[in-house]
Amino acid sequence: MSTSTDKTTSEEEKRAFVDAEAASLLVKELRGTFASGKTRGYQWRVSQLKALAKLIVEREQEIVDALRNDIAKPPLETVAYEIAMLKNSCKVALKELKHWMTPEKVKTSITTFPSSAEIVPEPLGVVLIISAWNYPFLLSLDPVIGAIAAGNTVVLKPSEIAPATSSLMVKLLGDYMDNSCIRVVEGAVDETSALLQQKWDKIFYTGNGRVARIVMAAAAKHLTPVVLELGGKSPVVVDSNINLKVATRRIIAGKWGCNNGQACISPDYIITTKDYAPKLVDALKAELETFYGKNPLESKDLSRIVNSNHFARLTKLLDDDKVSGKIVYGGKKDESKLKISPTVLLDVPRDSLIMTEEIFGPLLPILTVDKLEESFDVINSGPKPLAAYIFTTNKKLKEQFVGTISAGGLVVNDTTLHLAVHTLPFGGVGESGVGSYHGKFSFDAFSHKKAVLYRSFIGDAPIRYPPYTNTKMRLLKALIGGGILGIIRALFGWS
Amino acid sequence: MLVYGTITMAGAESGSQKKVFDAEAASFLVKELRESFGSGRTRSYEWRVSQVKALLKAVVENEDQIVDALRSDLAKPPLETVVYEVGMFKNSCEVILKELKHWMVPEKVKTSISTFPSSAEIVPEPLGVVLVISAWNYPILLSLDPVVGAIAAGNAVVLKPSEIAPASSSLLAKLIEKYMDNSFIRVVEGAVDETTALLQQKWDKIFYTGNGKVGRIVMTAAAKHLTPVVLELGGKSPVVVDSNINLKVAARRIISGKWGLNNGQACISPDYIITTKDCAPKLVDVLKTELENCYGKNPLESEDLSRIVSSNHFARLSKLLNDDKVSGKIAYGGEKDEKKLRIAPTVLLDVPQDSLIMGEEIFGPLLPIITVNKVEESIDVINSGSKPLAAYIFTNNKKFKEQFVKNVSAGGLLVNDTVLHLVVHTLPFGGVGESGMGAYHGKFSFDAFTHKKAVLYRSFAGDASLRYPPYTDTKLRLMKALIGGSIIGIIRALFGWS
Repeated sequence: MSTSTDKTTSEEEKRAFVDAEAASLLVKELRGTFASGKTRGYQWRVSQLKALAKLIVEREQEIVDALRNDIAKPPLETVAYEIAMLKNSCKVALKELKHWMTPEKVKTSITTFPSSAEIVPEPLGVVLIISAWNYPFLLSLDPVIGAIAAGNTVVLKPSEIAPATSSLMVKLLGDYMDNSCIRVVEGAVDETSALLQQKWDKIFYTGNGRVARIVMAAAAKHLTPVVLELGGKSPVVVDSNINLKVATRRIIAGKWGCNNGQACISPDYIITTKDYAPKLVDALKAELETFYGKNPLESKDLSRIVNSNHFARLTKLLDDDKVSGKIVYGGKKDESKLKISPTVLLDVPRDSLIMTEEIFGPLLPILTVDKLEESFDVINSGPKPLAAYIFTTNKKLKEQFVGTISAGGLVVNDTTLHLAVHTLPFGGVGESGVGSYHGKFSFDAFSHKKAVLYRSFIGDAPIRYPPYTNTKMRLLKALIGGGILGIIRALFGWS
Repeated sequence: MLVYGTITMAGAESGSQKKVFDAEAASFLVKELRESFGSGRTRSYEWRVSQVKALLKAVVENEDQIVDALRSDLAKPPLETVVYEVGMFKNSCEVILKELKHWMVPEKVKTSISTFPSSAEIVPEPLGVVLVISAWNYPILLSLDPVVGAIAAGNAVVLKPSEIAPASSSLLAKLIEKYMDNSFIRVVEGAVDETTALLQQKWDKIFYTGNGKVGRIVMTAAAKHLTPVVLELGGKSPVVVDSNINLKVAARRIISGKWGLNNGQACISPDYIITTKDCAPKLVDVLKTELENCYGKNPLESEDLSRIVSSNHFARLSKLLNDDKVSGKIAYGGEKDEKKLRIAPTVLLDVPQDSLIMGEEIFGPLLPIITVNKVEESIDVINSGSKPLAAYIFTNNKKFKEQFVKNVSAGGLLVNDTVLHLVVHTLPFGGVGESGMGAYHGKFSFDAFTHKKAVLYRSFAGDASLRYPPYTDTKLRLMKALIGGSIIGIIRALFGWS
């Protein structure tokens, strides 16, 4: 259990607890609040979204400090990727919410004439959001924004691996938000298990595939639908005849510029041709030095590795016999500071450790192929990743890439930016996840789209009712078919 | 062709082998379909259209056999088979053939100044190899409707029909083998063992229609492989009957949705009625009159009613009637013929809320009526239970109607009729909470078996250096403004005013 500096009783009440009984009470309480109808109204939702927007702005410095504490995240990354993105999410939700909440009228056909129909979005009820440690602020509050916009009550379980942020979240949400509807539960495996035993109306999980299976199995006991935002090995295909300098800088920004490679959509590995690889390596070396200097272990513009477990994991990938001699740049480590410098490896074997798991760190292996088209088979031979990238000016290759590579999302000639486009659904497929969010997709993820058909008492065709006759059968066939001609023919006994 | 299954099928050719369909066979089947899918053939519009047309042809050319199979499995009246199984399926195919080209087109979406210059689109792609597990009550429709959606979306499909409707299961296997491209579309017949073997495999989607108990098993199996699911389940679909309505029309529509749908054995059949103590007697009278008009004085003999599917279900339904708590509550019907597995349309009045018949989904020809003092109380009654697949209301009171639509959570709602929302393909058909997850019909079927892939296109021009280290305060300010997306914010930042 993490600690908070503020030890008043009410703080402790809002914080962690260990057992299933407490979790059950919490859900019961939130169900009662939901049943009161408090979260249904537009005004309440807007007030909460505005409160969130306010807390992001007013407490920016504390958020920057917490991220620095948890992962030595450079302030620019916190401000640009965690805070600014959240502000944008709030803004989009505030701008569009009225529109999202409006029932969508749909066409009806002659089969149900006279009638009208619409799809009414309604909140699911009480939802659980389990967040991750790498973008602990964004990945906690972005789903919360969606859940609130959709009118649900929410329990947020931040990651204990980012304790300063977790603790700060308790304090900030406690201060700014409606605590009868939005709660934070801190803790680790025990607390999460207690929460997962309860019946939720939706569970939104960000993390890895192993825990996701546990989450989905727990959800299955209650038929709770889930969104699972996971990861994978996001490949970058690099063609020749490109602006190598720009491509390299964008790869670096997406890899080491995103939490030092500890991001679900960071470029994981590169595939390029044997011919082109040396040029790419040279460009990477030059740009990496421009960005991080000659002593990257000292650079303040790189996050550290989050903890010693992950440090050991990444070290093991570098110590693998199969990649010895493949390091072409970097490879320096400082265990006491949990720092690993930007590292590039060339020509790693496909069965090396570094190529079998999501790296989630500052190591970038380069695979080489004879012809670039082979890269598609390489990618498709593995589990579907969360993102896939290609740098090319070859139109045909680009189209082939978009047509055959299955991933959560694709970016052509850049990395990671699709995260910032709120009109695009952000989520995985296969091993990289289930469901999506961002923009309206967040609202939809926490909504039930209820079908409603309105009929009147007039126009009651007796053909539906027994006793069944051949005439009725013919007419009903035609009516369900919906074609006027078919109905006329049937009416006249011509079918 | 190897025929898998542990049940003997009528009409099986002599000399064909019957192997037990075990996990190894299931794994082999999935592997084979994955290789087929990898060939890319299902991606093409032409292939998909050819398969949808083939399935449509299979059904149209064999309508008589389908009617016979349903008669054999359920004594389903031909009109119900022709209209609800065949007719609805034909309609699904026609909607697909008309709209598929449009559905397959990537959807362009707007980008903002944050990523300028860029363009973006959402590209629909097939998930891969999917499993459809069907039910026994509409065995043709609930098999082929999801299957045709999966095909439209470009997937390879394995269909597991319900063994509780064996004639239909057998016919489906035969028709699909004969008409469809067997490299991509297969049928596996069988029961628990075969289904378990299938569920152990890694699918790209599982679509299950049935009950909540098995729904949990399916989702738990899917969780091992992170396979997304659609679960079309059921619940107790209530009918709220207000006063001041056209009672005759309402009664007929209730009868049509209840006994006119497989004798109440349908996931969206009206399960029970809630009305006021004042209205109840009138409602009962009208129901009695209309039931007699529809089914005559001897409904056990009527050919316009399905039988109960099996002796298990017959016993289950008998138990509901034999419950002490409802003794003396039968206002109409109650006759049974165990030999023919028939139960007459039965109406019960004023059953207690803790009776057996109110504790589970009835799925049969018994219609209990609960009475309340004021009709508004019905909303609390409904919301105190699990969310049903459908909920119905008969009213002319605008305010009450609006309250109902707003406050009753169910898969779908219908005002002043029953079950018809099933035929409106522009409405998503699916449950919420205990009644299910996901939806289909019309475009929702295509979407259910599709991955919506986000694609962002950027050019090499316009490379703002503010993303790149070394990080400075200026860059920080500018990045903030850029992500915020407002022109003014950016200008201010550029000039150092923020």
